Amino acid sequence: MDIVTMLNDFGAMYLGLDGKLTLVMLLTRMGGGLIVTFQIFFITLIGSLPLGVLIALGRMSKIKPLAWLMRLYISFMRGTPLMLQLMAIYFIPYYLFGVKLSFLDIGPYDLGPIHIEIGWVMTACCIGFILNYAAYFAEIYRGGIQSIPRGQYEAAEVLGYTNGQTFMRIVLPQVIKRILPAMGNEVITLVKDTSLAFVLALAEMFTVVKQIVASEVSMVPFILAALVYWGLTMLAEFALSRIEKHYAYYHD
Amino acid sequence: MSETKTLVDLQHARKSFGDNEVLKDISIKVEKGEVLAIIGPSGGGKSTLLRCCTLLETLDGGSLSFGDCVVSRDEDGCAVYGDKATLARARTHFGLVFQNFNLFPHYTVMKNLIDAPITVQKTPKEDAVKKAFELLKKMGLEGKENMVPCELSGGQQQRVAIARALMLDPDVLFFDEPTSALDPELTKGVLRVIRSLAEEHMTMVIVTHEMKFARDVADHVIFMDGGVIVEQGLAKDVIDNPQHERTRSFLYNEE
Ligand SMILES: Nc1ncnc2c1ncn2[C@@H]1O[C@H](COP(=O)(O)OP(=O)(O)OP(=O)(O)O)[C@@H](O)[C@H]1O
Ligand SMILES: [Mg+2]
Repeated sequence: MDIVTMLNDFGAMYLGLDGKLTLVMLLTRMGGGLIVTFQIFFITLIGSLPLGVLIALGRMSKIKPLAWLMRLYISFMRGTPLMLQLMAIYFIPYYLFGVKLSFLDIGPYDLGPIHIEIGWVMTACCIGFILNYAAYFAEIYRGGIQSIPRGQYEAAEVLGYTNGQTFMRIVLPQVIKRILPAMGNEVITLVKDTSLAFVLALAEMFTVVKQIVASEVSMVPFILAALVYWGLTMLAEFALSRIEKHYAYYHD
Repeated sequence: MSETKTLVDLQHARKSFGDNEVLKDISIKVEKGEVLAIIGPSGGGKSTLLRCCTLLETLDGGSLSFGDCVVSRDEDGCAVYGDKATLARARTHFGLVFQNFNLFPHYTVMKNLIDAPITVQKTPKEDAVKKAFELLKKMGLEGKENMVPCELSGGQQQRVAIARALMLDPDVLFFDEPTSALDPELTKGVLRVIRSLAEEHMTMVIVTHEMKFARDVADHVIFMDGGVIVEQGLAKDVIDNPQHERTRSFLYNEE
Protein backbone atom coordinates (compact mmCIF):
# COMPACT_ATOMS: atom_id res chain seq x y z
CA MET A 1 0.00 0.00 0.00
CA ASP A 2 1.51 3.32 -1.01
CA ILE A 3 1.66 6.45 1.09
CA VAL A 4 -1.05 8.29 -0.83
CA THR A 5 -3.68 5.63 -0.19
CA MET A 6 -2.52 5.33 3.40
CA LEU A 7 -2.99 9.02 4.01
CA ASN A 8 -6.31 9.10 2.21
CA ASP A 9 -7.58 6.10 4.19
CA PHE A 10 -6.50 7.82 7.40
CA GLY A 11 -8.34 10.96 6.31
CA ALA A 12 -11.47 9.03 5.48
CA MET A 13 -11.45 7.00 8.68
CA TYR A 14 -10.44 9.53 11.31
CA LEU A 15 -11.10 12.97 9.80
CA GLY A 16 -14.34 12.21 8.04
CA LEU A 17 -13.01 13.37 4.68
CA ASP A 18 -15.19 11.85 1.97
CA GLY A 19 -14.08 10.85 -1.49
CA LYS A 20 -14.44 14.30 -3.05
CA LEU A 21 -11.75 15.89 -0.84
CA THR A 22 -9.03 13.45 0.07
CA LEU A 23 -6.41 14.17 2.70
CA VAL A 24 -3.66 14.22 0.08
CA MET A 25 -5.57 16.76 -2.02
CA LEU A 26 -6.07 18.90 1.07
CA LEU A 27 -2.42 18.70 2.09
CA THR A 28 -1.24 19.49 -1.44
CA ARG A 29 -3.36 22.62 -1.64
CA MET A 30 -2.33 23.69 1.85
CA GLY A 31 1.30 23.08 0.91
CA GLY A 32 0.94 25.42 -2.04
CA GLY A 33 -0.48 28.06 0.28
CA LEU A 34 2.26 27.42 2.80
CA ILE A 35 4.89 28.34 0.21
CA VAL A 36 3.22 31.72 -0.26
CA THR A 37 3.04 32.11 3.51
CA PHE A 38 6.79 31.53 3.68
CA GLN A 39 7.33 34.07 0.93
CA ILE A 40 5.41 36.75 2.81
CA PHE A 41 7.19 35.87 6.05
CA PHE A 42 10.75 36.03 4.74
CA ILE A 43 10.25 38.97 2.38
CA THR A 44 8.71 40.92 5.27
CA LEU A 45 11.67 40.16 7.54
CA ILE A 46 14.27 40.93 4.87
CA GLY A 47 12.58 44.26 4.15
CA SER A 48 11.47 45.42 7.57
CA LEU A 49 14.50 44.51 9.70
CA PRO A 50 16.81 47.01 7.92
CA LEU A 51 14.03 49.53 7.21
CA GLY A 52 13.32 49.57 10.95
CA VAL A 53 16.93 50.61 11.62
CA LEU A 54 16.55 53.60 9.30
CA ILE A 55 13.25 54.59 10.88
CA ALA A 56 14.72 54.24 14.38
CA LEU A 57 17.71 56.38 13.44
CA GLY A 58 15.37 58.96 11.91
CA ARG A 59 13.20 58.87 15.01
CA MET A 60 16.28 59.58 17.20
CA SER A 61 17.72 62.13 14.77
CA LYS A 62 18.70 65.59 15.91
CA ILE A 63 16.91 66.92 12.83
CA LYS A 64 13.61 67.69 14.50
CA PRO A 65 11.28 67.58 11.46
CA LEU A 66 12.66 64.16 10.51
CA ALA A 67 12.23 62.89 14.05
CA TRP A 68 8.64 64.14 14.13
CA LEU A 69 7.85 62.66 10.73
CA MET A 70 9.14 59.25 11.88
CA ARG A 71 7.15 59.55 15.09
CA LEU A 72 4.03 60.25 13.08
CA TYR A 73 4.80 57.34 10.77
CA ILE A 74 5.29 54.92 13.66
CA SER A 75 2.17 56.16 15.39
CA PHE A 76 0.05 55.74 12.25
CA MET A 77 1.44 52.32 11.36
CA ARG A 78 0.88 51.00 14.87
CA GLY A 79 -2.39 52.83 15.32
CA THR A 80 -4.35 51.54 12.31
CA PRO A 81 -5.25 47.93 11.47
CA LEU A 82 -2.72 46.08 9.33
CA MET A 83 -5.63 44.64 7.38
CA LEU A 84 -6.74 48.13 6.45
CA GLN A 85 -3.20 49.11 5.48
CA LEU A 86 -2.96 46.09 3.18
CA MET A 87 -6.20 47.02 1.42
CA ALA A 88 -5.17 50.67 1.11
CA ILE A 89 -1.86 49.80 -0.50
CA TYR A 90 -3.53 47.33 -2.81
CA PHE A 91 -5.96 49.93 -4.12
CA ILE A 92 -3.50 52.84 -4.39
CA PRO A 93 -2.58 52.29 -8.08
CA TYR A 94 -6.25 52.30 -8.99
CA TYR A 95 -7.39 55.31 -6.99
CA LEU A 96 -4.27 57.41 -7.51
CA PHE A 97 -3.34 56.54 -11.07
CA GLY A 98 -6.44 54.83 -12.42
CA VAL A 99 -4.48 51.68 -13.23
CA LYS A 100 -6.64 48.60 -13.65
CA LEU A 101 -5.60 46.17 -10.94
CA SER A 102 -6.20 43.11 -13.11
CA PHE A 103 -3.66 44.56 -15.52
CA LEU A 104 -1.07 44.70 -12.75
CA ASP A 105 -1.81 41.23 -11.58
CA ILE A 106 0.38 38.99 -13.69
CA GLY A 107 -0.60 36.09 -11.49
CA PRO A 108 1.31 33.21 -10.02
CA TYR A 109 4.42 31.96 -11.73
CA ASP A 110 4.30 28.20 -12.03
CA LEU A 111 7.30 26.01 -11.36
CA GLY A 112 5.78 22.59 -11.78
CA PRO A 113 3.74 21.91 -8.64
CA ILE A 114 5.06 25.03 -6.89
CA HIS A 115 3.73 28.38 -7.89
CA ILE A 116 5.38 31.57 -6.82
CA GLU A 117 3.37 34.73 -6.35
CA ILE A 118 4.88 37.70 -8.14
CA GLY A 119 1.83 39.76 -9.06
CA TRP A 120 0.55 43.05 -7.66
CA VAL A 121 -1.42 41.30 -4.90
CA MET A 122 1.76 39.77 -3.55
CA THR A 123 3.73 42.99 -4.00
CA ALA A 124 1.11 45.11 -2.27
CA CYS A 125 0.87 42.58 0.52
CA CYS A 126 4.63 42.54 1.12
CA ILE A 127 4.88 46.34 0.98
CA GLY A 128 2.11 46.55 3.59
CA PHE A 129 3.75 44.01 5.88
CA ILE A 130 7.20 45.58 5.52
CA LEU A 131 5.97 49.11 6.22
CA ASN A 132 3.95 47.94 9.20
CA TYR A 133 6.53 45.66 10.80
CA ALA A 134 9.34 48.20 10.25
CA ALA A 135 7.43 50.58 12.53
CA TYR A 136 7.29 48.00 15.31
CA PHE A 137 10.93 46.99 14.82
CA ALA A 138 11.99 50.65 14.84
CA GLU A 139 10.52 51.13 18.30
CA ILE A 140 12.21 47.99 19.56
CA TYR A 141 15.55 49.12 18.13
CA ARG A 142 15.13 52.57 19.64
CA GLY A 143 14.41 51.11 23.06
CA GLY A 144 17.46 48.88 22.74
CA ILE A 145 19.80 51.62 21.59
CA GLN A 146 18.63 54.01 24.30
CA SER A 147 19.08 51.35 26.97
CA ILE A 148 22.84 51.19 26.38
CA PRO A 149 24.45 53.23 29.18
CA ARG A 150 26.14 56.50 28.26
CA GLY A 151 29.32 55.18 29.85
CA GLN A 152 29.73 52.71 26.99
CA TYR A 153 29.77 55.53 24.45
CA GLU A 154 32.09 57.59 26.64
CA ALA A 155 34.54 54.74 27.19
CA ALA A 156 34.66 54.14 23.43
CA GLU A 157 35.06 57.84 22.71
CA VAL A 158 38.01 58.22 25.08
CA LEU A 159 39.64 55.11 23.59
CA GLY A 160 39.45 56.80 20.20
CA TYR A 161 36.76 54.76 18.43
CA THR A 162 34.95 56.64 15.68
CA ASN A 163 31.16 56.96 15.92
CA GLY A 164 30.75 54.23 13.32
CA GLN A 165 33.12 51.86 15.13
CA THR A 166 31.39 52.58 18.42
CA PHE A 167 28.00 51.70 16.96
CA MET A 168 29.07 48.59 15.10
CA ARG A 169 31.50 47.12 17.65
CA ILE A 170 30.24 48.28 21.02
CA VAL A 171 26.59 49.31 20.83
CA LEU A 172 25.00 47.03 18.22
CA PRO A 173 26.07 43.66 19.69
CA GLN A 174 24.71 44.71 23.08
CA VAL A 175 21.50 46.03 21.53
CA ILE A 176 20.91 42.73 19.73
CA LYS A 177 21.12 40.79 22.98
CA ARG A 178 18.75 43.17 24.73
CA ILE A 179 16.07 43.25 22.04
CA LEU A 180 15.98 39.53 21.24
CA PRO A 181 12.97 38.72 23.46
CA ALA A 182 10.93 41.60 22.03
CA MET A 183 11.97 40.71 18.49
CA GLY A 184 10.96 37.12 19.16
CA ASN A 185 7.45 38.28 19.99
CA GLU A 186 7.17 40.20 16.73
CA VAL A 187 8.52 37.35 14.63
CA ILE A 188 6.03 34.93 16.15
CA THR A 189 3.22 37.41 15.59
CA LEU A 190 4.32 37.76 11.96
CA VAL A 191 4.03 34.01 11.40
CA LYS A 192 0.33 34.27 12.21
CA ASP A 193 -0.24 37.72 10.73
CA THR A 194 0.62 36.38 7.28
CA SER A 195 -2.93 35.02 7.36
CA LEU A 196 -4.23 38.60 7.06
CA ALA A 197 -3.26 38.40 3.38
CA PHE A 198 -6.63 36.69 2.92
CA VAL A 199 -8.22 40.17 2.62
CA LEU A 200 -6.41 40.50 -0.71
CA ALA A 201 -7.39 36.93 -1.65
CA LEU A 202 -3.70 36.16 -1.90
CA ALA A 203 -3.36 32.38 -2.02
CA GLU A 204 -1.40 31.90 1.18
CA MET A 205 -2.25 29.06 3.50
CA PHE A 206 -5.09 30.65 5.43
CA THR A 207 -6.82 31.92 2.26
CA VAL A 208 -6.58 28.46 0.74
CA VAL A 209 -7.89 26.80 3.88
CA LYS A 210 -10.77 29.24 4.17
CA GLN A 211 -11.82 28.50 0.60
CA ILE A 212 -11.68 24.74 1.18
CA VAL A 213 -13.70 25.04 4.37
CA ALA A 214 -16.35 27.04 2.53
CA SER A 215 -16.62 24.68 -0.39
CA GLU A 216 -16.28 21.37 1.44
CA VAL A 217 -18.14 22.19 4.64
CA SER A 218 -15.46 20.64 6.82
CA MET A 219 -13.62 22.04 9.82
CA VAL A 220 -10.67 19.71 9.30
CA PRO A 221 -8.67 22.20 7.19
CA PHE A 222 -8.96 24.80 9.97
CA ILE A 223 -7.67 22.33 12.53
CA LEU A 224 -4.79 21.34 10.30
CA ALA A 225 -3.98 25.01 9.64
CA ALA A 226 -3.93 25.74 13.36
CA LEU A 227 -1.46 22.87 13.84
CA VAL A 228 0.73 24.13 11.01
CA TYR A 229 0.84 27.70 12.40
CA TRP A 230 1.62 26.35 15.84
CA GLY A 231 4.38 24.18 14.40
CA LEU A 232 5.84 27.17 12.58
CA THR A 233 5.82 29.36 15.68
CA MET A 234 7.54 26.57 17.59
CA LEU A 235 10.23 26.52 14.91
CA ALA A 236 10.60 30.27 15.30
CA GLU A 237 10.80 29.93 19.09
CA PHE A 238 13.47 27.28 18.69
CA ALA A 239 15.53 29.43 16.33
CA LEU A 240 15.22 32.42 18.67
CA SER A 241 16.23 30.43 21.71
CA ARG A 242 19.33 29.29 19.82
CA ILE A 243 20.23 32.91 19.12
CA GLU A 244 19.57 33.88 22.75
CA LYS A 245 21.85 31.05 23.88
CA HIS A 246 24.53 32.40 21.58
CA TYR A 247 24.42 35.68 23.50
CA ALA A 248 24.03 34.11 26.95
CA TYR A 249 27.77 34.05 27.67
CA TYR A 250 27.52 37.41 29.41
CA HIS A 251 24.99 39.53 31.25
CA ASP A 252 25.18 43.18 32.16
CA MET B 1 66.18 64.62 35.84
CA SER B 2 65.10 68.11 36.66
CA GLU B 3 63.84 69.05 33.18
CA THR B 4 60.08 69.35 33.33
CA LYS B 5 57.63 68.88 30.53
CA THR B 6 54.04 70.04 30.85
CA LEU B 7 51.76 67.27 29.63
CA VAL B 8 48.40 68.83 30.50
CA ASP B 9 47.88 72.56 30.45
CA LEU B 10 44.42 73.85 31.28
CA GLN B 11 44.02 77.59 31.72
CA HIS B 12 41.05 79.68 32.86
CA ALA B 13 38.56 76.86 32.33
CA ARG B 14 34.92 77.85 32.62
CA LYS B 15 31.93 75.56 32.31
CA SER B 16 28.25 76.03 33.09
CA PHE B 17 25.26 73.75 32.87
CA GLY B 18 22.41 76.16 32.21
CA ASP B 19 22.89 78.87 34.81
CA ASN B 20 24.76 76.54 37.15
CA GLU B 21 28.39 77.67 36.90
CA VAL B 22 30.32 74.50 37.69
CA LEU B 23 33.88 75.52 36.80
CA LYS B 24 34.90 79.10 37.51
CA ASP B 25 38.29 79.95 36.09
CA ILE B 26 40.16 76.75 36.86
CA SER B 27 43.80 76.38 35.83
CA ILE B 28 45.90 73.26 36.26
CA LYS B 29 49.23 72.13 34.90
CA VAL B 30 50.44 68.55 35.06
CA GLU B 31 54.13 67.87 34.59
CA LYS B 32 55.56 64.64 33.23
CA GLY B 33 55.81 62.03 35.97
CA GLU B 34 53.62 63.97 38.37
CA VAL B 35 50.70 62.52 40.29
CA LEU B 36 48.00 65.09 40.97
CA ALA B 37 45.12 64.33 43.31
CA ILE B 38 41.90 66.33 43.20
CA ILE B 39 39.80 66.28 46.33
CA GLY B 40 36.71 68.13 47.45
CA PRO B 41 33.08 67.84 48.45
CA SER B 42 30.34 66.36 46.29
CA GLY B 43 29.13 68.69 43.57
CA GLY B 44 32.35 70.70 43.66
CA GLY B 45 33.00 70.15 39.97
CA LYS B 46 35.73 67.50 40.13
CA SER B 47 34.14 65.14 37.63
CA THR B 48 33.23 68.01 35.35
CA LEU B 49 36.84 69.14 35.37
CA LEU B 50 38.01 65.65 34.44
CA ARG B 51 35.33 65.32 31.76
CA CYS B 52 36.43 68.61 30.22
CA CYS B 53 40.05 67.47 30.23
CA THR B 54 39.08 64.19 28.52
CA LEU B 55 36.90 65.92 25.91
CA LEU B 56 33.67 64.37 27.18
CA GLU B 57 32.41 67.89 27.89
CA THR B 58 33.30 71.05 26.03
CA LEU B 59 34.58 74.08 27.89
CA ASP B 60 32.69 77.35 27.62
CA GLY B 61 35.90 79.28 28.08
CA GLY B 62 39.58 78.54 28.50
CA SER B 63 42.45 76.82 26.79
CA LEU B 64 43.49 73.19 26.93
CA SER B 65 46.52 71.49 25.47
CA PHE B 66 48.34 68.18 25.77
CA GLY B 67 52.03 68.81 25.11
CA ASP B 68 52.08 70.59 21.78
CA CYS B 69 48.62 69.39 20.80
CA VAL B 70 46.29 72.35 21.28
CA VAL B 71 42.72 71.22 21.93
CA SER B 72 41.17 74.58 22.68
CA ARG B 73 42.30 78.21 22.57
CA ASP B 74 40.78 80.99 24.60
CA GLU B 75 39.49 83.79 22.41
CA ASP B 76 37.89 86.67 24.33
CA GLY B 77 36.83 84.29 27.06
CA CYS B 78 35.38 81.71 24.65
CA ALA B 79 36.92 78.27 24.17
CA VAL B 80 37.61 77.66 20.48
CA TYR B 81 38.19 73.99 19.77
CA GLY B 82 40.43 72.47 17.12
CA ASP B 83 39.06 70.34 14.28
CA LYS B 84 38.08 66.68 14.49
CA ALA B 85 41.55 65.44 13.56
CA THR B 86 43.13 67.54 16.32
CA LEU B 87 40.71 66.16 18.90
CA ALA B 88 41.41 62.63 17.70
CA ARG B 89 45.14 63.30 18.06
CA ALA B 90 44.59 64.77 21.53
CA ARG B 91 42.80 61.59 22.60
CA THR B 92 45.95 59.57 21.95
CA HIS B 93 47.63 61.57 24.75
CA PHE B 94 45.39 60.53 27.61
CA GLY B 95 43.40 57.67 29.09
CA LEU B 96 40.45 57.74 31.48
CA VAL B 97 39.42 55.31 34.20
CA PHE B 98 35.78 55.65 35.22
CA GLN B 99 34.16 55.27 38.58
CA ASN B 100 31.95 52.46 37.28
CA PHE B 101 34.61 50.88 35.01
CA ASN B 102 32.59 50.97 31.76
CA LEU B 103 34.17 47.82 30.44
CA PHE B 104 32.58 46.39 27.31
CA PRO B 105 30.42 43.61 28.77
CA HIS B 106 30.19 41.58 25.55
CA TYR B 107 33.97 41.36 25.17
CA THR B 108 36.30 39.05 27.07
CA VAL B 109 39.01 40.65 29.19
CA MET B 110 41.50 40.07 26.37
CA LYS B 111 39.20 41.61 23.76
CA ASN B 112 38.54 44.59 26.02
CA LEU B 113 42.29 45.18 26.06
CA ILE B 114 43.22 44.55 22.44
CA ASP B 115 40.19 45.86 20.56
CA ALA B 116 41.05 49.56 20.73
CA PRO B 117 44.75 49.11 19.85
CA ILE B 118 43.77 46.95 16.88
CA THR B 119 40.83 48.98 15.56
CA VAL B 120 41.97 52.47 16.52
CA GLN B 121 45.76 52.32 16.36
CA LYS B 122 46.06 49.48 13.82
CA THR B 123 48.47 47.63 16.10
CA PRO B 124 49.21 44.10 14.81
CA LYS B 125 47.19 41.60 16.80
CA GLU B 126 50.19 39.58 18.05
CA ASP B 127 51.81 42.71 19.49
CA ALA B 128 48.58 43.75 21.19
CA VAL B 129 48.05 40.30 22.69
CA LYS B 130 51.63 40.18 23.96
CA LYS B 131 51.26 43.55 25.59
CA ALA B 132 47.88 42.59 27.05
CA PHE B 133 49.40 39.54 28.76
CA GLU B 134 52.14 41.71 30.25
CA LEU B 135 49.64 44.22 31.59
CA LEU B 136 47.35 41.52 32.97
CA LYS B 137 50.29 40.11 34.87
CA LYS B 138 51.15 43.52 36.22
CA MET B 139 47.53 44.05 37.31
CA GLY B 140 47.46 40.70 39.09
CA LEU B 141 44.94 39.32 36.61
CA GLU B 142 46.85 36.37 35.21
CA GLY B 143 44.61 33.68 33.76
CA LYS B 144 41.58 35.97 33.55
CA GLU B 145 41.98 36.81 29.87
CA ASN B 146 39.11 34.63 28.67
CA MET B 147 36.60 35.74 31.25
CA VAL B 148 33.92 38.33 30.59
CA PRO B 149 33.61 41.34 32.90
CA CYS B 150 30.47 40.05 34.65
CA GLU B 151 32.50 37.09 35.93
CA LEU B 152 34.98 39.39 37.71
CA SER B 153 34.77 41.26 40.98
CA GLY B 154 34.47 45.04 40.90
CA GLY B 155 38.10 45.41 41.89
CA GLN B 156 39.21 43.08 39.13
CA GLN B 157 37.01 44.92 36.62
CA GLN B 158 38.58 48.21 37.59
CA ARG B 159 42.05 46.76 37.14
CA VAL B 160 41.03 45.53 33.69
CA ALA B 161 39.82 49.06 32.96
CA ILE B 162 43.18 50.47 34.02
CA ALA B 163 44.95 47.93 31.81
CA ARG B 164 42.64 48.82 28.91
CA ALA B 165 43.61 52.48 29.24
CA LEU B 166 47.32 51.60 29.49
CA MET B 167 47.18 49.51 26.31
CA LEU B 168 47.12 52.73 24.29
CA ASP B 169 50.26 54.12 25.95
CA PRO B 170 48.75 57.38 27.19
CA ASP B 171 51.03 60.18 28.38
CA VAL B 172 48.66 60.87 31.23
CA LEU B 173 45.98 58.80 32.90
CA PHE B 174 42.89 60.40 34.47
CA PHE B 175 40.95 58.60 37.21
CA ASP B 176 37.48 59.67 38.39
CA GLU B 177 36.97 58.14 41.84
CA PRO B 178 38.34 54.77 40.74
CA THR B 179 37.50 53.04 44.02
CA SER B 180 34.29 54.65 45.21
CA ALA B 181 32.16 51.89 43.67
CA LEU B 182 34.18 49.27 45.56
CA ASP B 183 34.11 47.95 49.09
CA PRO B 184 37.24 48.50 51.22
CA GLU B 185 38.72 45.08 50.55
CA LEU B 186 38.53 45.47 46.76
CA THR B 187 39.69 49.07 46.99
CA LYS B 188 43.07 47.92 48.28
CA GLY B 189 43.95 45.97 45.15
CA VAL B 190 43.09 48.88 42.88
CA LEU B 191 45.02 51.38 44.99
CA ARG B 192 48.01 49.05 45.02
CA VAL B 193 48.01 49.00 41.22
CA ILE B 194 47.79 52.80 41.02
CA ARG B 195 50.57 53.10 43.57
CA SER B 196 52.81 50.84 41.49
CA LEU B 197 52.10 53.00 38.43
CA ALA B 198 53.13 56.05 40.45
CA GLU B 199 56.38 54.31 41.35
CA GLU B 200 57.03 53.88 37.62
CA HIS B 201 56.46 57.65 37.21
CA MET B 202 53.25 57.31 35.28
CA THR B 203 51.67 60.76 35.00
CA MET B 204 48.26 60.64 36.66
CA VAL B 205 45.40 62.91 37.68
CA ILE B 206 43.23 61.23 40.29
CA VAL B 207 39.93 62.43 41.71
CA THR B 208 39.58 60.59 44.99
CA HIS B 209 38.00 60.51 48.41
CA GLU B 210 40.86 58.36 49.79
CA MET B 211 42.77 61.02 51.71
CA LYS B 212 45.46 58.75 53.04
CA PHE B 213 46.09 57.43 49.56
CA ALA B 214 46.22 60.95 48.12
CA ARG B 215 48.66 62.01 50.79
CA ASP B 216 50.97 59.03 50.21
CA VAL B 217 50.87 58.73 46.45
CA ALA B 218 50.19 62.19 45.03
CA ASP B 219 52.85 64.82 44.57
CA HIS B 220 50.35 67.66 44.51
CA VAL B 221 46.80 68.01 45.75
CA ILE B 222 44.08 70.36 44.59
CA PHE B 223 41.10 71.03 46.85
CA MET B 224 38.08 72.06 44.82
CA ASP B 225 34.80 73.42 46.11
CA GLY B 226 32.03 75.35 44.40
CA GLY B 227 33.79 75.35 41.05
CA VAL B 228 36.99 77.00 42.27
CA ILE B 229 40.37 75.76 43.44
CA VAL B 230 40.30 76.67 47.11
CA GLU B 231 43.72 75.39 47.96
CA GLN B 232 46.58 73.57 46.25
CA GLY B 233 50.08 72.53 46.99
CA LEU B 234 52.28 69.62 47.97
CA ALA B 235 50.15 66.67 49.00
CA LYS B 236 51.50 66.44 52.52
CA ASP B 237 51.13 70.17 53.10
CA VAL B 238 47.54 70.40 51.93
CA ILE B 239 46.33 67.28 53.70
CA ASP B 240 48.36 67.47 56.93
CA ASN B 241 48.32 71.19 57.31
CA PRO B 242 45.49 72.82 55.37
CA GLN B 243 45.60 76.61 55.33
CA HIS B 244 42.07 77.32 54.27
CA GLU B 245 39.05 77.04 56.53
CA ARG B 246 36.97 75.17 53.91
CA THR B 247 39.72 72.64 53.32
CA ARG B 248 40.08 72.11 57.02
CA SER B 249 36.40 71.45 57.63
CA PHE B 250 36.24 69.14 54.60
CA LEU B 251 39.22 67.07 55.74
CA TYR B 252 38.02 67.10 59.31
CA ASN B 253 34.57 65.74 58.42
CA GLU B 254 36.06 63.14 56.10
CA GLU B 255 38.19 61.54 58.78
N1 LIG C 1 25.52 66.85 32.56
C1 LIG C 1 25.17 67.73 33.50
N2 LIG C 1 24.10 68.52 33.34
C2 LIG C 1 23.74 69.43 34.27
N3 LIG C 1 24.40 69.62 35.42
C3 LIG C 1 25.48 68.86 35.65
C4 LIG C 1 25.92 67.88 34.71
N4 LIG C 1 27.03 67.28 35.21
C5 LIG C 1 27.26 67.85 36.40
N5 LIG C 1 26.34 68.80 36.68
C6 LIG C 1 26.32 69.64 37.87
O1 LIG C 1 27.60 70.19 38.05
C7 LIG C 1 27.93 70.25 39.42
C8 LIG C 1 29.25 69.58 39.65
O2 LIG C 1 29.13 68.22 39.42
P1 LIG C 1 30.36 67.21 39.40
O3 LIG C 1 29.83 65.88 39.03
O4 LIG C 1 31.44 67.78 38.56
O5 LIG C 1 30.80 67.23 40.93
P2 LIG C 1 31.84 66.29 41.67
O6 LIG C 1 32.80 67.19 42.35
O7 LIG C 1 32.41 65.28 40.74
O8 LIG C 1 30.97 65.58 42.76
P3 LIG C 1 31.01 64.06 43.31
O9 LIG C 1 32.07 64.02 44.38
O10 LIG C 1 29.65 63.84 43.87
O11 LIG C 1 31.33 63.16 42.17
C9 LIG C 1 26.77 69.64 40.19
O12 LIG C 1 25.99 70.69 40.68
C10 LIG C 1 26.01 68.87 39.13
O13 LIG C 1 24.65 68.89 39.44
MG1 LIG D 1 32.29 63.17 40.53
